Amino acid sequence: MRHCPKTVYFISSHYRIVSHQEEETTVTDTPISGAKALINCLKSEGVDTIFGYPGGVLLPLYDELYDSDINHILVRHEQAGAHAADGYARATGKVGVCLATSGPGATNLVTGIANAYMDSVPVVAITGQVPTPMIGNDAFQEADITGITLPITKHNYLVRDVEDLPWIVKEAFYIASTGRPGPVLIDLPKDITTDEFEFIYPGRTYLRGYHPDVGIDEDAVKRAASMILDSECPVIYAGGGVIISDSSSELLKLAETIQAPVTTTLLGIGAFPQSNPLSLRMLGMHGTKYANYAVQESDLLIAIGARFDDRVTGKVDAFAPHAKVIHIDIDPAEIGKNVRVDLPVIGDAKKILQSLNSNLQKMQSRSGAWLGKIDAWKKKHPLSYVQSDEVIKPQYVVQEIHRACPDAIIVTEVGQNQMWAAQYFQFENPRTFITSGGLGTMGYGFPAAIGAKVGCPDRTVIDIAGDGSFQMTSQELATVSKSDIKVIVAILNNSYLGMVRQWQELFFDERYSYTDISQSVDFVKLAEAYNLVGIRAEKPSEVPSAISEALSADRTVVIDFVVDPMENVFPMVPAGAAINEILEQGAVA
Amino acid sequence: MRHTLAVLVENKPGVLARVSGLFSRRGYNIESLAVGMTENPEISRMTIVVEGDDRVLAQVTSQLSKLIDVISISDLPPSESVDRGLALLKVAADTDTRAEIMQIASIFRAKIIDIGAETLVIEVTGDKGKIGAIENMLGRFGIKEVVRTGRVALHRGTKTVGGEYR
Repeated sequence: MRHCPKTVYFISSHYRIVSHQEEETTVTDTPISGAKALINCLKSEGVDTIFGYPGGVLLPLYDELYDSDINHILVRHEQAGAHAADGYARATGKVGVCLATSGPGATNLVTGIANAYMDSVPVVAITGQVPTPMIGNDAFQEADITGITLPITKHNYLVRDVEDLPWIVKEAFYIASTGRPGPVLIDLPKDITTDEFEFIYPGRTYLRGYHPDVGIDEDAVKRAASMILDSECPVIYAGGGVIISDSSSELLKLAETIQAPVTTTLLGIGAFPQSNPLSLRMLGMHGTKYANYAVQESDLLIAIGARFDDRVTGKVDAFAPHAKVIHIDIDPAEIGKNVRVDLPVIGDAKKILQSLNSNLQKMQSRSGAWLGKIDAWKKKHPLSYVQSDEVIKPQYVVQEIHRACPDAIIVTEVGQNQMWAAQYFQFENPRTFITSGGLGTMGYGFPAAIGAKVGCPDRTVIDIAGDGSFQMTSQELATVSKSDIKVIVAILNNSYLGMVRQWQELFFDERYSYTDISQSVDFVKLAEAYNLVGIRAEKPSEVPSAISEALSADRTVVIDFVVDPMENVFPMVPAGAAINEILEQGAVA
Repeated sequence: MRHTLAVLVENKPGVLARVSGLFSRRGYNIESLAVGMTENPEISRMTIVVEGDDRVLAQVTSQLSKLIDVISISDLPPSESVDRGLALLKVAADTDTRAEIMQIASIFRAKIIDIGAETLVIEVTGDKGKIGAIENMLGRFGIKEVVRTGRVALHRGTKTVGGEYR
């Protein structure tokens, strides 16, 4: 292989003609197969790990992977491959890659792709496809995966000519990782993987319909600064975009400069240190009372990389009724989608916050009164639960995990376990809390934890799980066993599909329709069946030792914390209510 | 309020599905859609007529912009643009009525493109109002079948859309 800096014109039947001047391109001396070319492309994009599962049409590609130094993690279900790529991407900030065969392999990725799409996670999903001449004939294991994933990918490709493959891979990684990130799928027919061609890898790509770097509107930033100066009771509402754009330090500086409290969305957890006195923790349906009260009484809401999801706003008409809204986002389609915005500022949050910070001076005069009011709310309405000596409270388990391992990457499943993890762990840094927010995918946590651990092998990765969610992807115990990956699965086992049970208790007259999943599996034996470690804790006193035993184990550990089956997540804003109409522990009996 | 959008897209397989799929899943109504190649064979132009207030238009435009294959989007206000659709009408016509039908067609500057013992096929181009008007006039003779194209539109004067890409 040689590198040739020169002008190269790429011409192919289905692709456009583009000239690249003075760009480094990579060229092979002799023709190579599409499969080999794909490996070259992936390595050029810096891919070190693929989460995949082989199949008929992928045989030529897997034959190349056999000799490749790319680390391939064999999952036990393609959905887990997609979630692992997603977890890898969220933990590292790099593009995650998953691979599945045609037909059922590809359709099994769908949930994982939709999950990555909803939470703006950069993933490249590669699927095998039946040979080009057979497409459309209902061939064995054929599925129209580009059609199926149209609404859940940022973009997708069906490779029709091997000459197009390098361009498509280049574009896929570029699209997935820039602007508002998202999943991109490449569907690769079997004959494309065996066709040979002279491989040229472009140094960069140009798309006339895609311009992610929009720059920033300095006038809008100046107007934002003056709105901030005019406000008495500002609140910063930070979302996942702060983490994606790596602007936590700019956010901290802004908050401290303007002395404004900061609340985060679920996906924004970690964007702002929760130990900081300005932290309001999470807002919304299961947010803190003081975060919700602050938003409702604010006169200026500064939304950064957040999208006013219904779990945040509750009843939209009653959300932040006194506030002017500044909305900083890279995606213009988010402006005004759910709420009226007074000042949109479009662009990369990091650049906008840097510019905003340089427009603002340290303000001390302002908000003695406002911050005083917030402190009073914090003192009056802290997060709380009733501790017990008899039965393990799930919140206590989360607190003990934090005590034992405050630097861990916490991954969650979906439901009560997720909310308790969000509420009772103290997060200080970005990319330490990995959770399925938009799609709310049960079964996400364990495979995402595998991806996070593979991406960050020196970190402790803990999946805070529910007994329901974990059973959706527990077959991945085989993956961690065979591939020697150590994560900790901390199951808050309440023998129920707990969040649904909670809603049944509160809103459906305690009619627990099909949410009792008690006595269905012995998680300790399950772990042991995969040659892993299983630990059970049934009393509060056993919690700390179970955690420390798990931390010191040399392989994946499943801890079965048998917790209070009737514990509920509070505070809680019922769906459709205003976010200051809050249910509390004991208010409903 | 009705808006006419001129959307330049990459002339590639699946682009129409991407655009129409976006409209259906976001719940926007397409009143009319026409697609064809531009003077640059790599680029197609869609003329999309949508119903909605300014907020809906802003959402449609910004969501469409996110499609990688969409190159540019322009709103063509009625006062600054011309638009045309085409309709073919098969009208019942016998020796008694044929002459009158042909007279109406001529008033509308429509063309007779097929003639049979019992029917005429009339081709008419124009804006929505004109096509509706000739349909009304011919209704009493018995319209057997109607087929319409989507509307196409251009800016008046020298203004063009997406110039730098064409």
